[in-house]
Amino acid sequence: MSDDHPDFDHPDVVLVPHGPMLLRGAESVQDLEGTVHAVDRPVVALCRCEKSSRLPWCDGTHKVIPR
Amino acid sequence: MRLPKPRGGLSEWLVARLGEPGLTGSAPGADSWDDESISLWTLHELSFRGFEDADDRAEWDPDLLGVRRDLETALEERLRARWSASDASAAAAPSPAEVPSALEAIVAADDGPSLADRVRRHADRDQVLELLRQRSVYHLKESDPSAFVVPRLPVRAKAALMALQFDEYGDGDPNRLHSHLFARGLEAVGLRAEYGAYVDDAIPENLEMNNAGSLLGLHRRLRGAAMGHLAAFEMTSSLPSRKMVQGLERLGLDGPMSAYYDEHVEADAIHEHLAARDICGTLAEDEPDQAVEILFGAWTCLDVEARFATAMLGVWEEQS
Ligand code: FES
Ligand SMILES: [Fe+2]
Ligand SMILES: [Fe+2]
Repeated sequence: MSDDHPDFDHPDVVLVPHGPMLLRGAESVQDLEGTVHAVDRPVVALCRCEKSSRLPWCDGTHKVIPR
Repeated sequence: MRLPKPRGGLSEWLVARLGEPGLTGSAPGADSWDDESISLWTLHELSFRGFEDADDRAEWDPDLLGVRRDLETALEERLRARWSASDASAAAAPSPAEVPSALEAIVAADDGPSLADRVRRHADRDQVLELLRQRSVYHLKESDPSAFVVPRLPVRAKAALMALQFDEYGDGDPNRLHSHLFARGLEAVGLRAEYGAYVDDAIPENLEMNNAGSLLGLHRRLRGAAMGHLAAFEMTSSLPSRKMVQGLERLGLDGPMSAYYDEHVEADAIHEHLAARDICGTLAEDEPDQAVEILFGAWTCLDVEARFATAMLGVWEEQS
């Protein structure tokens, strides 16, 4: 590995501080009720605050929840 | 699209010149902000889809590039003067690692009026249709200005911008391309949906907002500001898009138009992290001198939107 052309970190799962979990390359996601949702994008944001209006996806609601 | 209606001496000269390439002679000064704004909008459009009644070679006509440069210089000076006068620019320059949190701070401090709030609760049908006509100037070419930035970025920021743009452009499915979703929405609410349909109705604040985005996207020198602008746009989209859905449903305008905004609730909750962390954060690490430029672009995005929103609310106030 050279310094100019390194191997970059490119994790499949990234936890955003006080925010969602970013998930790359998934084909389907099961929500808390057991319903399976198809994934049709390369990256999705899964709600971790459980306050989203469209679980299991994050809809930005976490930003207006007082911490 | 056909050339827009002139709004003064400069745009009159420009439209004549674009329609008849044989014409020569130098450009007159602009009569007004409106005249200046539609002229720059028209010159930029030559680098997007162009006009069926203009010569395609005009994009690289040196005389027209000179006019464009003067208009761009004036616009950039105006944007930078506003930024320099802001509290956000007075904060210490962020280190590269601080760029994502500095972006969050700029977004959190934004106190511009929210058109989405108005749509959610009070706006009537005509007002919402007027807003959609104004918004169509951008949404019918949604994310096209940022696409120009791709080759100008280092490795990580480039990969992340492509991931974001891929989603904007429908993840490979033309039916899901965002500007196409908006066009379908316009048709469904009875508006015209062809590219550039309502440019002649655009208020100058809207043209300035669009010109600022194109200016940043079209200049390699301004790549950092372009990516900051993109980040601020994405970071202020999910929650307002949800309010737009609620307002459209309240007015019985659900269907494809609310589906467009519905898609943005979910997509931009993802894009905001890609833009702030993976694009702007890594760009600042790789090119530290871009850190301040990223913040300038982000603040400018919110500032031009606030000016547009204030103007729209003013128009609605007069009507009531
Ligand atoms: S984590 Fe974003 S809405 Fe819950
Ligand atoms: Fe979009
Ligand atoms: Fe987006």
